[in-house]
Amino acid sequence: MSTTPKGKVIMIAGNEACAEGALYAGCRFFAGYPITPSSEIAEHLCRKLPRLGGKFIQMEDEIGAMGAVIGASLTGMKALTATSGPGFSLKQENIGHAVMAEVPCVVVDVQRGGPSTGTPTLPAQMDVQQARWGSHGDHGVICLSAATAQETFEQTIRAFNLAETYMTPVLLLIDEIVGHTTEKMVIPEPGAIEVVNRAKPAVPPAKYVPYAPTESGIPVLADFGTGYRYNVTGLCHTETGFPTNDPKRIEANILHLTDKIERHRDEIMRWKAFRLDDAKIAVFAYGAVARSARRAVIEAREAGIAAGLFEPTTLWPFPYEAILETAGRVKAFVAAEMNLGQMAREVELGAKCKAEVHRVNRVDGDPITPKQILEKIKEVA
Amino acid sequence: MDRYEMRLSGSGGQGLILAGKIMAEAAVIYDGRNAVQTQSYGPEARGGASKAEVVISDGDIDYPKALSLDLLLALTQVSCTKYSADLKEGGILIVDSGLVKDLPPGNFQVYRAPITEIAVKKVGKAVVTNIVAVGILTKIAGVVSEDAVRKAILARVPKGTEELNMKAYEEGLKAAAELIGT
Repeated sequence: MSTTPKGKVIMIAGNEACAEGALYAGCRFFAGYPITPSSEIAEHLCRKLPRLGGKFIQMEDEIGAMGAVIGASLTGMKALTATSGPGFSLKQENIGHAVMAEVPCVVVDVQRGGPSTGTPTLPAQMDVQQARWGSHGDHGVICLSAATAQETFEQTIRAFNLAETYMTPVLLLIDEIVGHTTEKMVIPEPGAIEVVNRAKPAVPPAKYVPYAPTESGIPVLADFGTGYRYNVTGLCHTETGFPTNDPKRIEANILHLTDKIERHRDEIMRWKAFRLDDAKIAVFAYGAVARSARRAVIEAREAGIAAGLFEPTTLWPFPYEAILETAGRVKAFVAAEMNLGQMAREVELGAKCKAEVHRVNRVDGDPITPKQILEKIKEVA
Repeated sequence: MDRYEMRLSGSGGQGLILAGKIMAEAAVIYDGRNAVQTQSYGPEARGGASKAEVVISDGDIDYPKALSLDLLLALTQVSCTKYSADLKEGGILIVDSGLVKDLPPGNFQVYRAPITEIAVKKVGKAVVTNIVAVGILTKIAGVVSEDAVRKAILARVPKGTEELNMKAYEEGLKAAAELIGT
Protein backbone atom coordinates (compact mmCIF):
# COMPACT_ATOMS: atom_id res chain seq x y z
CA MET A 1 0.00 0.00 0.00
CA SER A 2 1.11 3.56 -0.63
CA THR A 3 2.31 5.76 2.19
CA THR A 4 -0.63 8.03 2.76
CA PRO A 5 0.17 11.67 2.06
CA LYS A 6 -1.49 14.59 3.87
CA GLY A 7 -4.64 16.05 2.35
CA LYS A 8 -8.35 15.48 2.00
CA VAL A 9 -9.51 11.84 2.40
CA ILE A 10 -12.03 10.77 -0.21
CA MET A 11 -13.51 7.50 -1.46
CA ILE A 12 -12.70 7.08 -5.10
CA ALA A 13 -12.44 4.38 -7.75
CA GLY A 14 -9.14 3.82 -9.56
CA ASN A 15 -10.42 5.23 -12.84
CA GLU A 16 -11.54 8.45 -11.17
CA ALA A 17 -8.25 8.59 -9.29
CA CYS A 18 -6.51 8.43 -12.66
CA ALA A 19 -8.59 11.37 -13.90
CA GLU A 20 -7.80 13.33 -10.73
CA GLY A 21 -4.10 12.54 -11.13
CA ALA A 22 -4.19 13.86 -14.68
CA LEU A 23 -5.79 17.11 -13.52
CA TYR A 24 -3.23 17.43 -10.72
CA ALA A 25 -0.45 16.99 -13.28
CA GLY A 26 -1.88 19.85 -15.33
CA CYS A 27 -3.60 17.80 -18.04
CA ARG A 28 -6.12 20.04 -19.77
CA PHE A 29 -6.95 17.96 -22.84
CA PHE A 30 -8.63 14.60 -23.16
CA ALA A 31 -9.68 12.88 -26.36
CA GLY A 32 -11.07 9.39 -26.26
CA TYR A 33 -13.68 6.90 -27.26
CA PRO A 34 -15.66 5.20 -24.49
CA ILE A 35 -14.79 1.61 -23.69
CA THR A 36 -15.40 -0.60 -20.67
CA PRO A 37 -13.72 -0.76 -18.20
CA SER A 38 -12.05 2.62 -18.75
CA SER A 39 -15.02 4.88 -19.45
CA GLU A 40 -15.16 6.46 -15.98
CA ILE A 41 -11.88 8.23 -16.73
CA ALA A 42 -13.54 9.99 -19.67
CA GLU A 43 -16.77 10.56 -17.72
CA HIS A 44 -14.92 12.19 -14.86
CA LEU A 45 -12.87 14.41 -17.15
CA CYS A 46 -15.79 15.47 -19.35
CA ARG A 47 -17.38 16.95 -16.24
CA LYS A 48 -14.23 18.50 -14.83
CA LEU A 49 -12.10 19.68 -17.76
CA PRO A 50 -14.44 22.38 -19.12
CA ARG A 51 -14.64 24.00 -15.66
CA LEU A 52 -10.85 24.26 -15.62
CA GLY A 53 -10.61 25.79 -19.08
CA GLY A 54 -9.64 22.44 -20.58
CA LYS A 55 -11.00 20.57 -23.57
CA PHE A 56 -12.75 17.21 -23.74
CA ILE A 57 -13.45 15.59 -27.09
CA GLN A 58 -15.18 12.29 -27.73
CA MET A 59 -13.69 11.36 -31.09
CA GLU A 60 -15.10 9.10 -33.80
CA ASP A 61 -12.85 6.24 -32.67
CA GLU A 62 -9.68 5.42 -30.77
CA ILE A 63 -7.43 6.16 -33.74
CA GLY A 64 -8.81 9.66 -34.06
CA ALA A 65 -8.57 10.16 -30.30
CA MET A 66 -4.87 9.31 -30.29
CA GLY A 67 -4.33 11.70 -33.21
CA ALA A 68 -6.16 14.47 -31.36
CA VAL A 69 -3.99 13.90 -28.30
CA ILE A 70 -0.82 14.27 -30.38
CA GLY A 71 -2.13 17.46 -31.97
CA ALA A 72 -3.12 18.95 -28.62
CA SER A 73 0.25 18.11 -27.13
CA LEU A 74 2.07 19.83 -29.98
CA THR A 75 0.37 23.07 -28.92
CA GLY A 76 1.91 22.61 -25.47
CA MET A 77 -1.05 21.07 -23.66
CA LYS A 78 -0.71 18.04 -21.45
CA ALA A 79 -2.94 15.53 -23.16
CA LEU A 80 -4.45 12.20 -22.13
CA THR A 81 -6.40 9.38 -23.66
CA ALA A 82 -7.80 6.30 -21.91
CA THR A 83 -8.93 3.02 -23.33
CA SER A 84 -8.95 -0.75 -22.92
CA GLY A 85 -7.49 -3.65 -24.94
CA PRO A 86 -9.34 -3.30 -28.27
CA GLY A 87 -8.86 0.48 -28.24
CA PHE A 88 -5.24 0.10 -27.17
CA SER A 89 -4.67 -1.99 -30.32
CA LEU A 90 -6.21 0.74 -32.47
CA LYS A 91 -4.08 3.44 -30.87
CA GLN A 92 -0.79 1.67 -31.58
CA GLU A 93 -0.28 3.27 -34.98
CA ASN A 94 -0.50 6.77 -33.59
CA ILE A 95 1.39 5.86 -30.42
CA GLY A 96 4.22 5.02 -32.82
CA HIS A 97 3.78 8.41 -34.45
CA ALA A 98 4.12 10.10 -31.06
CA VAL A 99 7.25 8.01 -30.39
CA MET A 100 8.79 9.00 -33.74
CA ALA A 101 7.82 12.67 -33.55
CA GLU A 102 8.75 12.72 -29.82
CA VAL A 103 5.42 14.14 -28.70
CA PRO A 104 4.72 13.76 -24.97
CA CYS A 105 1.33 12.38 -23.95
CA VAL A 106 -0.19 9.78 -21.65
CA VAL A 107 -2.16 6.70 -22.71
CA VAL A 108 -4.04 4.78 -20.02
CA ASP A 109 -5.12 1.20 -20.69
CA VAL A 110 -7.55 -0.26 -18.16
CA GLN A 111 -7.05 -3.87 -19.11
CA ARG A 112 -9.82 -6.37 -19.79
CA GLY A 113 -9.60 -9.82 -21.35
CA GLY A 114 -8.76 -10.30 -25.02
CA PRO A 115 -8.13 -11.01 -27.86
CA SER A 116 -10.68 -8.93 -29.76
CA THR A 117 -13.73 -7.81 -27.79
CA GLY A 118 -12.95 -10.58 -25.28
CA THR A 119 -14.42 -9.92 -21.85
CA PRO A 120 -15.33 -6.23 -21.56
CA THR A 121 -16.20 -6.21 -17.88
CA LEU A 122 -13.62 -8.66 -16.54
CA PRO A 123 -10.05 -8.05 -15.42
CA ALA A 124 -6.92 -9.20 -17.24
CA GLN A 125 -3.30 -8.20 -17.70
CA MET A 126 -3.00 -9.33 -21.28
CA ASP A 127 -1.71 -6.06 -22.74
CA VAL A 128 1.65 -5.84 -20.98
CA GLN A 129 3.63 -7.09 -23.98
CA GLN A 130 1.46 -5.09 -26.37
CA ALA A 131 2.55 -2.07 -24.35
CA ARG A 132 6.16 -2.92 -25.15
CA TRP A 133 5.88 -4.08 -28.73
CA GLY A 134 2.40 -3.09 -29.88
CA SER A 135 3.57 -0.34 -32.17
CA HIS A 136 5.87 -1.42 -34.95
CA GLY A 137 9.53 -0.54 -35.20
CA ASP A 138 12.35 -0.38 -32.64
CA HIS A 139 11.88 2.20 -29.93
CA GLY A 140 12.05 2.65 -26.17
CA VAL A 141 8.85 2.50 -24.15
CA ILE A 142 7.90 3.80 -20.74
CA CYS A 143 5.03 1.90 -19.15
CA LEU A 144 3.82 2.22 -15.56
CA SER A 145 1.51 0.14 -13.40
CA ALA A 146 -0.61 0.75 -10.30
CA ALA A 147 -2.41 -1.42 -7.74
CA THR A 148 -4.51 1.00 -5.68
CA ALA A 149 -6.48 4.20 -6.21
CA GLN A 150 -3.75 6.20 -4.47
CA GLU A 151 -1.07 4.67 -6.66
CA THR A 152 -3.14 5.22 -9.78
CA PHE A 153 -3.39 8.89 -8.87
CA GLU A 154 0.35 9.14 -8.25
CA GLN A 155 1.37 7.06 -11.27
CA THR A 156 -0.77 9.20 -13.57
CA ILE A 157 1.12 12.25 -12.37
CA ARG A 158 4.39 10.39 -12.82
CA ALA A 159 3.34 9.34 -16.33
CA PHE A 160 2.90 13.00 -17.29
CA ASN A 161 6.18 13.93 -15.62
CA LEU A 162 8.06 11.22 -17.53
CA ALA A 163 6.34 12.15 -20.80
CA GLU A 164 7.31 15.79 -20.39
CA THR A 165 10.84 14.90 -19.31
CA TYR A 166 11.62 12.37 -22.03
CA MET A 167 9.36 13.73 -24.78
CA THR A 168 7.61 10.44 -25.46
CA PRO A 169 4.20 8.85 -24.99
CA VAL A 170 3.99 7.19 -21.58
CA LEU A 171 1.67 4.25 -21.00
CA LEU A 172 -0.12 3.52 -17.75
CA LEU A 173 -1.56 0.03 -17.49
CA ILE A 174 -4.07 -0.75 -14.79
CA ASP A 175 -6.79 -3.38 -14.89
CA GLU A 176 -10.53 -3.66 -14.33
CA ILE A 177 -10.06 -4.45 -10.64
CA VAL A 178 -7.91 -1.41 -9.95
CA GLY A 179 -10.07 0.80 -12.17
CA HIS A 180 -13.30 -0.24 -10.48
CA THR A 181 -12.17 -0.59 -6.87
CA THR A 182 -13.50 2.23 -4.74
CA GLU A 183 -11.29 2.93 -1.75
CA LYS A 184 -9.70 5.59 0.41
CA MET A 185 -7.48 8.09 -1.26
CA VAL A 186 -5.85 11.33 -0.23
CA ILE A 187 -5.68 14.13 -2.75
CA PRO A 188 -2.47 15.93 -1.80
CA GLU A 189 -2.29 19.71 -1.64
CA PRO A 190 -1.16 21.38 -4.88
CA GLY A 191 2.64 21.44 -4.86
CA ALA A 192 2.99 18.41 -2.57
CA ILE A 193 3.83 16.20 -5.56
CA GLU A 194 6.30 17.48 -8.15
CA VAL A 195 4.83 18.36 -11.54
CA VAL A 196 7.24 18.53 -14.49
CA ASN A 197 6.69 20.73 -17.53
CA ARG A 198 8.54 20.23 -20.81
CA ALA A 199 11.50 22.46 -21.65
CA LYS A 200 10.94 25.54 -23.81
CA PRO A 201 13.31 26.61 -26.59
CA ALA A 202 16.17 28.80 -25.41
CA VAL A 203 16.71 30.29 -28.87
CA PRO A 204 14.56 32.60 -31.03
CA PRO A 205 12.43 31.09 -33.83
CA ALA A 206 14.99 31.93 -36.54
CA LYS A 207 17.65 29.80 -34.84
CA TYR A 208 15.35 26.99 -33.71
CA VAL A 209 16.08 23.39 -34.77
CA PRO A 210 13.41 21.10 -33.26
CA TYR A 211 15.33 17.84 -32.98
CA ALA A 212 18.76 19.37 -32.37
CA PRO A 213 20.90 17.20 -30.07
CA THR A 214 20.86 18.27 -26.43
CA GLU A 215 22.98 17.25 -23.46
CA SER A 216 20.21 15.01 -22.06
CA GLY A 217 19.49 13.56 -25.49
CA ILE A 218 15.92 14.84 -25.28
CA PRO A 219 14.73 17.33 -27.91
CA VAL A 220 13.07 20.63 -27.06
CA LEU A 221 9.83 20.95 -29.02
CA ALA A 222 8.29 24.40 -29.20
CA ASP A 223 4.55 24.85 -28.78
CA PHE A 224 2.75 25.26 -32.07
CA GLY A 225 1.28 28.71 -32.41
CA THR A 226 4.12 30.50 -30.64
CA GLY A 227 6.06 31.51 -33.76
CA TYR A 228 8.31 28.47 -33.94
CA ARG A 229 7.75 26.55 -37.19
CA TYR A 230 8.86 23.00 -37.74
CA ASN A 231 7.88 19.84 -39.53
CA VAL A 232 6.34 16.90 -37.66
CA THR A 233 6.54 13.57 -39.42
CA GLY A 234 6.32 9.85 -38.84
CA LEU A 235 9.12 9.38 -41.36
CA CYS A 236 12.70 8.99 -40.22
CA HIS A 237 13.96 12.52 -40.00
CA THR A 238 16.98 14.66 -39.30
CA GLU A 239 17.25 17.25 -36.54
CA THR A 240 15.24 19.66 -38.71
CA GLY A 241 12.22 17.35 -38.59
CA PHE A 242 12.32 16.76 -42.35
CA PRO A 243 12.51 13.23 -43.79
CA THR A 244 15.79 11.61 -44.67
CA ASN A 245 16.95 8.55 -46.57
CA ASP A 246 20.57 8.94 -45.53
CA PRO A 247 21.54 5.61 -43.83
CA LYS A 248 23.62 7.38 -41.16
CA ARG A 249 20.77 9.77 -40.33
CA ILE A 250 18.21 6.95 -40.30
CA GLU A 251 20.38 4.93 -37.95
CA ALA A 252 20.93 7.91 -35.67
CA ASN A 253 17.18 8.55 -35.53
CA ILE A 254 16.29 4.95 -34.65
CA LEU A 255 19.10 4.50 -32.12
CA HIS A 256 18.06 7.74 -30.47
CA LEU A 257 14.47 6.52 -29.92
CA THR A 258 15.73 3.58 -27.88
CA ASP A 259 18.73 5.27 -26.30
CA LYS A 260 16.82 8.24 -24.92
CA ILE A 261 14.82 5.84 -22.73
CA GLU A 262 17.50 3.21 -22.02
CA ARG A 263 20.19 5.67 -20.89
CA HIS A 264 17.72 6.99 -18.30
CA ARG A 265 16.39 3.61 -17.21
CA ASP A 266 17.70 4.00 -13.67
CA GLU A 267 15.63 7.15 -13.21
CA ILE A 268 12.55 5.62 -14.82
CA MET A 269 12.46 2.11 -13.30
CA ARG A 270 10.74 1.72 -9.94
CA TRP A 271 9.69 -1.31 -7.97
CA LYS A 272 8.50 -2.01 -4.47
CA ALA A 273 9.81 -4.70 -2.19
CA PHE A 274 7.66 -6.15 0.60
CA ARG A 275 9.37 -8.49 3.10
CA LEU A 276 11.87 -9.37 0.39
CA ASP A 277 15.12 -8.89 2.34
CA ASP A 278 15.29 -12.37 3.85
CA ALA A 279 12.87 -14.04 1.44
CA LYS A 280 13.52 -17.44 -0.06
CA ILE A 281 10.49 -17.21 -2.35
CA ALA A 282 9.97 -13.96 -4.26
CA VAL A 283 6.48 -13.42 -5.59
CA PHE A 284 6.55 -11.23 -8.69
CA ALA A 285 3.26 -9.41 -9.25
CA TYR A 286 1.95 -6.05 -10.41
CA GLY A 287 -1.41 -4.28 -10.62
CA ALA A 288 -4.34 -5.89 -8.83
CA VAL A 289 -2.47 -9.18 -8.53
CA ALA A 290 0.13 -7.48 -6.32
CA ARG A 291 -2.66 -7.00 -3.77
CA SER A 292 -3.38 -10.72 -3.77
CA ALA A 293 0.35 -11.41 -3.60
CA ARG A 294 0.81 -9.18 -0.58
CA ARG A 295 -1.80 -11.17 1.36
CA ALA A 296 -0.29 -14.44 0.15
CA VAL A 297 3.12 -13.29 1.44
CA ILE A 298 1.65 -12.41 4.84
CA GLU A 299 -0.07 -15.80 5.05
CA ALA A 300 3.05 -17.65 3.90
CA ARG A 301 5.07 -15.92 6.62
CA GLU A 302 2.43 -16.96 9.16
CA ALA A 303 2.90 -20.52 7.88
CA GLY A 304 6.66 -20.23 8.43
CA ILE A 305 7.72 -19.71 4.81
CA ALA A 306 10.06 -16.79 4.10
CA ALA A 307 8.17 -15.21 1.20
CA GLY A 308 8.45 -11.70 -0.14
CA LEU A 309 6.99 -9.56 -2.90
CA PHE A 310 8.77 -7.94 -5.84
CA GLU A 311 6.26 -5.48 -7.30
CA PRO A 312 7.38 -3.51 -10.36
CA THR A 313 5.54 -0.20 -10.68
CA THR A 314 7.43 0.52 -13.89
CA LEU A 315 6.79 -2.37 -16.29
CA TRP A 316 8.94 -0.92 -19.09
CA PRO A 317 11.87 -0.48 -18.99
CA PHE A 318 11.88 -3.79 -17.13
CA PRO A 319 14.07 -4.02 -13.99
CA TYR A 320 16.24 -6.94 -15.18
CA GLU A 321 19.16 -5.92 -12.92
CA ALA A 322 17.01 -5.94 -9.77
CA ILE A 323 15.52 -9.29 -10.75
CA LEU A 324 19.04 -10.71 -11.21
CA GLU A 325 20.12 -9.36 -7.84
CA THR A 326 17.01 -10.89 -6.22
CA ALA A 327 17.58 -14.17 -8.09
CA GLY A 328 20.97 -14.45 -6.37
CA ARG A 329 19.29 -14.46 -2.96
CA VAL A 330 16.10 -16.50 -3.43
CA LYS A 331 15.35 -20.10 -4.27
CA ALA A 332 12.50 -19.30 -6.62
CA PHE A 333 10.24 -16.66 -8.10
CA VAL A 334 6.49 -17.09 -8.31
CA ALA A 335 5.29 -14.84 -11.12
CA ALA A 336 1.53 -14.29 -10.80
CA GLU A 337 -0.33 -12.61 -13.65
CA MET A 338 -3.79 -12.45 -15.20
CA ASN A 339 -2.34 -13.63 -18.52
CA LEU A 340 -0.41 -16.70 -19.66
CA GLY A 341 2.96 -15.52 -18.36
CA GLN A 342 3.77 -12.42 -20.40
CA MET A 343 6.03 -10.85 -17.78
CA ALA A 344 7.21 -14.18 -16.35
CA ARG A 345 9.31 -14.43 -19.51
CA GLU A 346 11.02 -11.17 -18.58
CA VAL A 347 11.59 -12.48 -15.04
CA GLU A 348 13.24 -15.56 -16.56
CA LEU A 349 15.43 -13.33 -18.74
CA GLY A 350 16.42 -11.26 -15.70
CA ALA A 351 17.00 -14.22 -13.39
CA LYS A 352 19.49 -15.83 -15.79
CA CYS A 353 18.76 -19.29 -14.34
CA LYS A 354 20.01 -18.24 -10.88
CA ALA A 355 16.54 -18.97 -9.49
CA GLU A 356 13.61 -21.01 -10.71
CA VAL A 357 10.67 -19.07 -12.11
CA HIS A 358 7.26 -20.61 -11.41
CA ARG A 359 4.04 -19.24 -12.76
CA VAL A 360 0.53 -18.63 -11.50
CA ASN A 361 -1.70 -17.63 -14.40
CA ARG A 362 -5.38 -16.99 -14.72
CA VAL A 363 -7.30 -16.08 -17.87
CA ASP A 364 -10.91 -16.93 -16.89
CA GLY A 365 -11.87 -13.39 -15.91
CA ASP A 366 -11.73 -14.09 -12.19
CA PRO A 367 -9.00 -12.49 -10.09
CA ILE A 368 -5.98 -14.45 -8.91
CA THR A 369 -6.72 -15.13 -5.27
CA PRO A 370 -4.21 -14.98 -2.41
CA LYS A 371 -4.88 -18.70 -1.89
CA GLN A 372 -3.74 -19.60 -5.42
CA ILE A 373 -0.46 -17.77 -4.91
CA LEU A 374 -0.02 -19.21 -1.41
CA GLU A 375 -0.47 -22.75 -2.71
CA LYS A 376 2.24 -22.20 -5.32
CA ILE A 377 4.55 -20.69 -2.69
CA LYS A 378 4.06 -23.79 -0.51
CA GLU A 379 4.61 -26.09 -3.48
CA VAL A 380 7.94 -24.58 -4.51
CA ALA A 381 9.33 -23.54 -1.08
CA MET B 1 -11.78 -6.21 13.10
CA ASP B 2 -9.70 -7.92 10.43
CA ARG B 3 -12.16 -8.24 7.56
CA TYR B 4 -15.94 -8.10 7.35
CA GLU B 5 -17.04 -9.06 3.87
CA MET B 6 -20.40 -8.49 2.26
CA ARG B 7 -21.64 -9.20 -1.23
CA LEU B 8 -24.69 -7.45 -2.68
CA SER B 9 -26.00 -9.38 -5.63
CA GLY B 10 -28.86 -9.28 -8.09
CA SER B 11 -29.51 -8.31 -11.64
CA GLY B 12 -27.69 -5.57 -13.58
CA GLY B 13 -29.62 -2.30 -13.23
CA GLN B 14 -30.92 -2.93 -9.69
CA GLY B 15 -28.46 -0.42 -8.27
CA LEU B 16 -26.39 -2.82 -6.21
CA ILE B 17 -23.08 -1.26 -7.16
CA LEU B 18 -24.38 2.08 -5.88
CA ALA B 19 -25.59 0.28 -2.74
CA GLY B 20 -22.08 -1.12 -2.27
CA LYS B 21 -20.50 2.31 -2.71
CA ILE B 22 -22.89 3.72 -0.11
CA MET B 23 -21.93 1.03 2.44
CA ALA B 24 -18.20 1.58 1.81
CA GLU B 25 -18.47 5.36 1.98
CA ALA B 26 -20.53 5.14 5.16
CA ALA B 27 -17.86 2.96 6.77
CA VAL B 28 -14.93 5.16 5.74
CA ILE B 29 -16.17 8.74 5.64
CA TYR B 30 -18.75 8.69 8.46
CA ASP B 31 -17.64 5.80 10.70
CA GLY B 32 -13.89 6.38 10.26
CA ARG B 33 -13.00 2.80 9.39
CA ASN B 34 -11.36 1.35 6.30
CA ALA B 35 -13.39 -0.15 3.45
CA VAL B 36 -12.97 -1.18 -0.16
CA GLN B 37 -15.74 -1.74 -2.69
CA THR B 38 -15.44 -3.75 -5.89
CA GLN B 39 -17.90 -4.86 -8.51
CA SER B 40 -18.53 -7.48 -11.11
CA TYR B 41 -21.12 -7.37 -13.84
CA GLY B 42 -21.80 -8.76 -17.27
CA PRO B 43 -21.44 -7.07 -20.64
CA GLU B 44 -25.18 -6.29 -20.72
CA ALA B 45 -26.46 -2.81 -19.77
CA ARG B 46 -29.42 -4.41 -17.96
CA GLY B 47 -29.96 -7.93 -16.71
CA GLY B 48 -27.32 -10.59 -16.15
CA ALA B 49 -25.98 -11.35 -12.71
CA SER B 50 -24.35 -8.40 -10.99
CA LYS B 51 -22.56 -8.07 -7.69
CA ALA B 52 -20.88 -5.48 -5.55
CA GLU B 53 -18.57 -6.45 -2.74
CA VAL B 54 -17.62 -4.43 0.31
CA VAL B 55 -14.72 -5.35 2.58
CA ILE B 56 -14.66 -3.44 5.87
CA SER B 57 -11.64 -3.52 8.14
CA ASP B 58 -9.85 -1.57 10.81
CA GLY B 59 -6.53 -2.21 9.09
CA ASP B 60 -5.09 -2.13 5.57
CA ILE B 61 -7.10 -3.97 2.94
CA ASP B 62 -4.79 -5.69 0.48
CA TYR B 63 -6.92 -8.16 -1.48
CA PRO B 64 -9.99 -6.08 -2.36
CA LYS B 65 -12.44 -8.86 -3.20
CA ALA B 66 -14.32 -11.16 -0.86
CA LEU B 67 -12.49 -14.25 0.40
CA SER B 68 -15.09 -15.71 2.75
CA LEU B 69 -18.38 -13.85 2.94
CA ASP B 70 -19.87 -12.77 6.23
CA LEU B 71 -23.02 -11.58 4.47
CA LEU B 72 -24.69 -12.21 1.14
CA LEU B 73 -27.64 -10.21 -0.14
CA ALA B 74 -29.42 -11.79 -3.10
CA LEU B 75 -32.21 -9.98 -4.91
CA THR B 76 -32.68 -12.62 -7.62
CA GLN B 77 -32.68 -16.41 -7.77
CA VAL B 78 -29.87 -16.42 -10.34
CA SER B 79 -27.58 -14.30 -8.17
CA CYS B 80 -28.42 -16.31 -5.05
CA THR B 81 -27.51 -19.57 -6.75
CA LYS B 82 -24.43 -18.17 -8.52
CA TYR B 83 -22.88 -16.18 -5.68
CA SER B 84 -23.65 -18.17 -2.51
CA ALA B 85 -20.69 -20.57 -2.70
CA ASP B 86 -18.39 -18.11 -0.90
CA LEU B 87 -20.74 -17.56 2.05
CA LYS B 88 -19.08 -18.89 5.16
CA GLU B 89 -20.73 -21.30 7.56
CA GLY B 90 -23.00 -19.41 9.90
CA GLY B 91 -22.91 -16.38 7.60
CA ILE B 92 -25.87 -14.09 6.98
CA LEU B 93 -28.00 -14.70 3.90
CA ILE B 94 -30.59 -12.02 3.10
CA VAL B 95 -32.89 -12.77 0.18
CA ASP B 96 -35.77 -11.08 -1.56
CA SER B 97 -38.53 -13.50 -0.53
CA GLY B 98 -40.60 -12.60 -3.59
CA LEU B 99 -37.88 -13.50 -6.07
CA VAL B 100 -35.67 -16.09 -4.37
CA LYS B 101 -37.38 -19.42 -3.74
CA ASP B 102 -34.54 -21.95 -3.65
CA LEU B 103 -32.00 -21.40 -0.93
CA PRO B 104 -28.49 -22.79 -1.21
CA PRO B 105 -27.69 -25.77 0.99
CA GLY B 106 -25.64 -24.89 4.04
CA ASN B 107 -25.77 -23.65 7.59
CA PHE B 108 -26.57 -19.93 7.26
CA GLN B 109 -28.58 -17.34 9.18
CA VAL B 110 -31.29 -16.78 6.60
CA TYR B 111 -33.45 -13.65 6.49
CA ARG B 112 -36.29 -13.45 3.98
CA ALA B 113 -37.86 -10.09 3.23
CA PRO B 114 -40.04 -8.93 0.32
CA ILE B 115 -37.46 -6.28 -0.58
CA THR B 116 -38.73 -5.35 -4.05
CA GLU B 117 -42.33 -5.40 -2.82
CA ILE B 118 -41.48 -3.06 0.06
CA ALA B 119 -39.96 -0.64 -2.46
CA VAL B 120 -42.98 -0.80 -4.74
CA LYS B 121 -45.81 -0.90 -2.22
CA LYS B 122 -44.51 0.93 0.84
CA VAL B 123 -42.16 3.46 -0.74
CA GLY B 124 -43.86 3.69 -4.11
CA LYS B 125 -40.99 3.09 -6.52
CA ALA B 126 -39.15 -0.06 -7.56
CA VAL B 127 -36.08 2.04 -8.31
CA VAL B 128 -35.31 2.36 -4.58
CA THR B 129 -35.16 -1.41 -4.03
CA ASN B 130 -31.42 -1.05 -3.55
CA ILE B 131 -31.88 1.47 -0.72
CA VAL B 132 -34.48 -0.69 1.01
CA ALA B 133 -31.88 -3.46 0.83
CA VAL B 134 -29.25 -1.14 2.28
CA GLY B 135 -31.54 -0.48 5.24
CA ILE B 136 -32.12 -4.18 5.81
CA LEU B 137 -28.50 -5.22 5.65
CA THR B 138 -27.32 -2.27 7.74
CA LYS B 139 -29.62 -3.32 10.58
CA ILE B 140 -28.94 -7.05 10.31
CA ALA B 141 -25.16 -6.84 9.86
CA GLY B 142 -24.69 -4.13 12.49
CA VAL B 143 -21.22 -3.37 11.16
CA VAL B 144 -21.75 0.14 9.83
CA SER B 145 -23.71 2.61 11.95
CA GLU B 146 -27.23 3.44 10.82
CA ASP B 147 -26.50 7.13 10.96
CA ALA B 148 -23.36 6.81 8.84
CA VAL B 149 -25.35 4.95 6.18
CA ARG B 150 -28.05 7.63 6.30
CA LYS B 151 -25.45 10.33 5.62
CA ALA B 152 -23.79 8.28 2.87
CA ILE B 153 -27.13 7.79 1.09
CA LEU B 154 -27.87 11.51 1.20
CA ALA B 155 -24.42 12.28 -0.20
CA ARG B 156 -24.85 9.86 -3.11
CA VAL B 157 -28.44 10.03 -4.34
CA PRO B 158 -29.56 12.58 -6.96
CA LYS B 159 -30.83 15.94 -5.74
CA GLY B 160 -34.59 15.92 -5.28
CA THR B 161 -34.75 12.21 -4.40
CA GLU B 162 -33.50 12.52 -0.83
CA GLU B 163 -36.93 12.13 0.77
CA LEU B 164 -37.81 9.09 -1.35
CA ASN B 165 -34.50 7.42 -0.57
CA MET B 166 -34.74 8.20 3.15
CA LYS B 167 -38.18 6.62 3.21
CA ALA B 168 -36.78 3.55 1.45
CA TYR B 169 -33.93 3.34 3.97
CA GLU B 170 -36.27 3.67 6.97
CA GLU B 171 -38.59 1.01 5.54
CA GLY B 172 -35.58 -1.26 5.16
CA LEU B 173 -34.50 -0.69 8.76
CA LYS B 174 -38.06 -1.35 9.92
CA ALA B 175 -38.39 -4.58 7.95
CA ALA B 176 -35.07 -5.79 9.37
CA ALA B 177 -36.12 -4.89 12.91
CA GLU B 178 -39.18 -7.11 12.47
CA LEU B 179 -37.04 -9.95 11.11
CA ILE B 180 -34.61 -9.91 14.01
CA GLY B 181 -37.35 -9.19 16.52
CA THR B 182 -36.15 -5.89 17.97
